[in-house]
Amino acid sequence: MDMNQYLDIFIEEAREHLQQLNVSLLELEKNNKNKEVLNEVFRVAHTLKGMSGTMGYTKMQTLTHRMEDVLDALRNDRFVADSNMVDVLFKCLDALEIYVNTIAATGQEGDKSFSDVVDALHKIMENTKSVKKAEDTAAASAEVKDSESESGIKPNIVELNQYDINVIKKAIETNMNVYQMRVVLDQGCLLKAARAFIVFQILEKNSEVIKSIPKVEDIEDERFDFSFTVVVITEKSKDFFIQEINSVAEISAVEITPIAYDDLVSVEDNTEISESTDTQKIETTFAAAAAAQSNTGDQHKKFQKTGKTVRVDIDRLDLLMNLVSELIIIKTRLEESSVRKDDANIESIEYLERITTSLHDAVMRVRMVPVETVFNRFPRMIRDISRELNKDIELHMSGEDTELDRTVIDEIGDPLIHILRNSADHGLETHEERLKANKPSVGNIYLRAFQDGNNVVIEVEDDGQGIDAEKVRNKIIQKGMDSPEIVESLSDKEVIEYLFKPNFSTADKVTDLSGRGVGLDVVKTKIETLGGLVEVDSTRGKGTVFTIRIPLTLAIIQALLVRIGSEKYAIPLGSIQEIENVKPEEIRMVRNQEVILLRDMVVPIVRLGDILGVPDVEPDEDKKSITCVIAKKGEKLSAFVVDSLIGQQEIVIKSLGKVLSGVKYIAGATILGDGNVALILDVNSLAL
Amino acid sequence: MEEKLLNNDVKQFVAFKVGDQEYGADIHKVSIIEKTLNYARVPTAPDYIKGVVNLRGEIVTVMSLRLKFGLPEIEEDDETRTIIFKFNEVLLGIIVDSVDEVVTLKESDIESVTQITNDRSLDYILGIAKAGGRLITLLNIERLITELLEK
Repeated sequence: MDMNQYLDIFIEEAREHLQQLNVSLLELEKNNKNKEVLNEVFRVAHTLKGMSGTMGYTKMQTLTHRMEDVLDALRNDRFVADSNMVDVLFKCLDALEIYVNTIAATGQEGDKSFSDVVDALHKIMENTKSVKKAEDTAAASAEVKDSESESGIKPNIVELNQYDINVIKKAIETNMNVYQMRVVLDQGCLLKAARAFIVFQILEKNSEVIKSIPKVEDIEDERFDFSFTVVVITEKSKDFFIQEINSVAEISAVEITPIAYDDLVSVEDNTEISESTDTQKIETTFAAAAAAQSNTGDQHKKFQKTGKTVRVDIDRLDLLMNLVSELIIIKTRLEESSVRKDDANIESIEYLERITTSLHDAVMRVRMVPVETVFNRFPRMIRDISRELNKDIELHMSGEDTELDRTVIDEIGDPLIHILRNSADHGLETHEERLKANKPSVGNIYLRAFQDGNNVVIEVEDDGQGIDAEKVRNKIIQKGMDSPEIVESLSDKEVIEYLFKPNFSTADKVTDLSGRGVGLDVVKTKIETLGGLVEVDSTRGKGTVFTIRIPLTLAIIQALLVRIGSEKYAIPLGSIQEIENVKPEEIRMVRNQEVILLRDMVVPIVRLGDILGVPDVEPDEDKKSITCVIAKKGEKLSAFVVDSLIGQQEIVIKSLGKVLSGVKYIAGATILGDGNVALILDVNSLAL
Repeated sequence: MEEKLLNNDVKQFVAFKVGDQEYGADIHKVSIIEKTLNYARVPTAPDYIKGVVNLRGEIVTVMSLRLKFGLPEIEEDDETRTIIFKFNEVLLGIIVDSVDEVVTLKESDIESVTQITNDRSLDYILGIAKAGGRLITLLNIERLITELLEK
């Protein structure tokens, strides 16, 4: 069968499974006796093995198989997971991830065999065999017992209620056959519900289905793994059903057990036992053959969740967003022409406006992804770092469900990794230093995400040593980035801003993790290309907070249109604090910088006309008052001088195109109602 | 037989004027030719970048070939045209004094300039063609766009 069509699904699912393994292994490391987690890890590894086998990736299959061996031994209490073992398991994950990435890039799993990892896994198994000889015999006998039940001489009968039992009893009395059937689908089967449906059709034509596990509705909604069990009453023979069901495509096995009168008696006894032990019983019976089966409750929950979602290619969403953008442009044009002509259609146009706004909101929401998808790889990363640096680090995450545009999510990962590493490496002190400073030996890093108006804020805070402003000052002078006089006149906060300049690094020693001189400036550039902002705040001895602010949406925003000379510009409303009319004489000079006083605050003036080189700016003398748009960049304010205000408008942000991608002060372009282009000002680079 | 000849040996070029000089550009790279468009000036961009225009919902950068070639700027008039080129999904508008016609040239009509000189400033020039007593300088549009992108 051609597997290429499944490749994308395989890659995506494999990545999800690997991520889940990551999370579970971390959990396991914390609590190595947690059976639930062990079972979960085993189940995921097993699914991965099946998936890679179906796709023909034999190396992945071998590796996951070995993993499974070790996990199975852990599960059966043959030994306890220590952190070395978890290390090996993590290495397996890394290897698997490399396989998946290679597959994503080339379609082949590549020729790396990761023999060291496989050997390590093998060794673990060897060790357990030699050390625990005595227990081995016990385990062996257990295995025999296992395989006995696996071969299915008599699998336990599914849980039946009194009503079912009565029905079955009646049926047996009238010489009908009662069978319990377990149907197992191929691991590679994609249309599980459809296959199951066909099986049910056969069953219903030839018998009466009195019980189905999971429920028929769940099976129809594909809320089952790869097998389901039914109890039927029929006149037909067992062989008839085996033949009929096996003729359905993608069925890997059918197990049919006749139910006799005697069985019912024991079942009746069993019904007394609590439900949990009963399901457990089924689980152990089927464990080896169907570890991937969805018997546990939380498994069910997950399937229910995925049952209502659709995977959509991001390109299609982009297309949809573009169409919405077009719609908004044409709506703006309609609005403008109706205002001019005093049109009677004004009401319909207002309605249109409401609809387009809601449509935009809806499309935007579709594109939103919780930051969890980025955050969930960090616990593992911090664990690795803490072992590498020999520091005890605890990562506290909150607000994982905060949502961001998909395109932002894809880009935000690297900058966050960088800041987190920075906090772990430079921010947090070593074990001894912490104790000396009367701090608990475990360093904390807080990763928080939350929504703040039209922005999403992500904070990375550590309770480490803080940034040494003096050290930064020395470094600036030493690197010749600025003269000592200038540096001395700067406040600590201003000095710390230098961390974001290219070629800056204060680490005394260069470690593997950070301190290569490339870093925070790259973070800053990246965040700014996303229309965001990064700030740092640090208290000596207490810790450092990095704050990233990112606009919720990238495509359509509310903006204020302004005129400077004969040119029109758009300023994003999100970065405007207020509008002020200032008399020319109110402008003062402070340190060669024009400023105005705004409620006792000194706000620097930015003459947009001069900076943007507008040829026909209106001179101050011609105006009674100067219109200032007070823009905010983080906490700081700047007063942008414009000639006049045109109005507020919903605008569609378009890129300036590749040719002009590096242009300063401009964040993009937008098409106005009259078809002309207005440029969108980049407040962050213009503000002082 | 004749069709084959068309495909292999004959190329079509859009001929246009900038200053006194007549230029030609491969017709396959030309997306559309527009009369003057309203462009928005882009601050801090090089002076030969006249700005960006809205071309049916797409933002397209427009460049003046006059300024690029170091000629004095002139007022735009009825003859002025913006030729929109498309190469590697990048759209670029080029303002020229006038667009004359589409000329069909045989390979043998085109003379390479690299044989004459190694001057780097001739990088944009594919060759020089003689057509009915006129000399047409054939521009390498790909090269022009690639260079803009590298900046």
